[in-house]
Amino acid sequence: MTTFPTDVIAAEKTGWRWPRILRRYPWFALSVLFLVLVLPAIFADLLRAVLPFVHDPETGKLSQRLLPPAWIGPQELNGIQLTPGGSWEFILGTDKVGRDVLSRIIYGARISLLVSGISILIAGTIGTTLGVLAGYLGGWWDHLIMRLVDISHAIPTIILAMVLSIALGSGFLSVVIVISLIYWNSYARLVRAQVLALRSKDFVARAQMSGVSTFKIMLRHILPNVTNTIVVIATLEVGQVILLEATMSFLGIGLPRPTPAWGLMVADGRDLIVEAWWVALFPGLAILLTVLSMNLFGDWLRDRLDPKLRNL
Amino acid sequence: MQRYILLRVFHTIIALLAVSIIIFLLVRLSGDPVSTLLPAEATLEDIERVRIQWGLDRPLPEQYFAYMGNVLQGNFGESLKWRGQSASDLLLQRLPATLELAGLALLVASLAGLPIGVISAVKKNTPTDFIAKTLALLGQSMPSFWLGTMLIWLFSVQLGWLPSYGRGGIANVIMPAVALGLFQVAAVARITRSSMLDVLDSEYITLARIKGLPEWKVIWKHALRNAAVAPLTYFGVIIGGWISGSVVIETVFAWPGVGLLSIEAIRSRDIPVVQTIVLFFSLVYCVSSLLVDILYAYLDPRIRYDS
Repeated sequence: MTTFPTDVIAAEKTGWRWPRILRRYPWFALSVLFLVLVLPAIFADLLRAVLPFVHDPETGKLSQRLLPPAWIGPQELNGIQLTPGGSWEFILGTDKVGRDVLSRIIYGARISLLVSGISILIAGTIGTTLGVLAGYLGGWWDHLIMRLVDISHAIPTIILAMVLSIALGSGFLSVVIVISLIYWNSYARLVRAQVLALRSKDFVARAQMSGVSTFKIMLRHILPNVTNTIVVIATLEVGQVILLEATMSFLGIGLPRPTPAWGLMVADGRDLIVEAWWVALFPGLAILLTVLSMNLFGDWLRDRLDPKLRNL
Repeated sequence: MQRYILLRVFHTIIALLAVSIIIFLLVRLSGDPVSTLLPAEATLEDIERVRIQWGLDRPLPEQYFAYMGNVLQGNFGESLKWRGQSASDLLLQRLPATLELAGLALLVASLAGLPIGVISAVKKNTPTDFIAKTLALLGQSMPSFWLGTMLIWLFSVQLGWLPSYGRGGIANVIMPAVALGLFQVAAVARITRSSMLDVLDSEYITLARIKGLPEWKVIWKHALRNAAVAPLTYFGVIIGGWISGSVVIETVFAWPGVGLLSIEAIRSRDIPVVQTIVLFFSLVYCVSSLLVDILYAYLDPRIRYDS
């Protein structure tokens, strides 16, 4: 989201504005992103060693199954305890087999980050390469690649994910391949448009006249100028990638159990929604916050680097 | 104009053919459906017999052409999981449910999205705009399966107002429709907003104001009419989103539509049904994109002369 001058309006009324450093960068988005995604992903094991309320995400004791979040007390009826209260050892409660929800969310951040990071890297590489080739070389390269883009657009995302998952099975690698095959075409399309615009510029003509080989022109001259576009597309897509991975895991065609993937946790939680609402709520919140902050950050980055991509 | 339409139709057909080939190959890559569907005591001869019976022993290109030949005659094969029912029958049986859901989701998306977009544009850069944009962004960042589950928790488990699954009356359809439509509210609002911002700058709006028309008429009657073109052309993308979205929402709410059918078919490796559904969805998406492109070209002549 762009910064907008309500602070100017505020200034006119009260003579006060946020300090400039706070206005320049999307601090809110970045801090949420760090808190929910990046820090847990990197420091999960450290947190587990240091903090008493972070446990092993994949094992649990049945004696502590379905504990509610820590701030909820035991439910009693006529002095008989119906359900146990929460404990501060399991801050966000436990699931059906006694695994701590908070710990699984923390370790799940690592999964989300890895899956989305690697998928976007692969999709970006393929898409950019094809986009540059299509844009610079034109001719039948362009036709072929654009037809591929059309075809990949023709199959709706989830359907393609479902069919690919049949062919590839479940597991980390398959999920990464599936996501890469779905998201490469935005890069191809937008990089190609950028390259088309660059192709008629002077520096390209000079390079051609100096006898620089086509390959070198594409690599050394064209490519550096599309990095802005690539970065913006990548950040705007991370949110969608995370959602897709979560959706696939939810439907059972993504990461296999007992991986602490956020989507899988919501799926488990859905079955337990009547007696254990916390198992579904908190992982979903984690997804929401991650995608939201990623979108905010991506919007800001896009406005800074390449506003023409506004309609993405 | 004619030429543009013909070109686009041609591209669509090629894309659909390519899709059919890709799906055909992918579905067959996943391992042998026969052994998964027969009981454990089946002997190797039984497996071979069934395989020959279903034509799965012939070379792949031959299978493909046989399949396409059948498709062009309207025969999409018989379901492996639901014996005795043709794939197309199954699809048609479940289609009304999905259409009902999608139609209501469309209502939700436009009834919520258009006004939010308009108000956002009119009160640009005020707190109202900020809230509207944030809500829209929130809607787009939310996993739909989580939203559906939370809605069930709130309205079925806690409040007991609405039934939590299945298809039935109005009460059954509200939550799925909202869950499905909400995602697109954000997109519709955004596009309406930018389109309205463009329109509000134009001269005829200024003229309308000079004429002395009440502000609400200027905005809602004159500006919106012209601005509504943009969201309409986004329609094709929305439909694509609903196709994907219906799979998830129907799973969450046990809504007996095509989306749920596709998940069940995928899980059982029911090849004919999977192929039929994918072809159907791709067809719907391609045709709606095609119609949208033609509509857009009709409204904006500049597009006809590109590529």
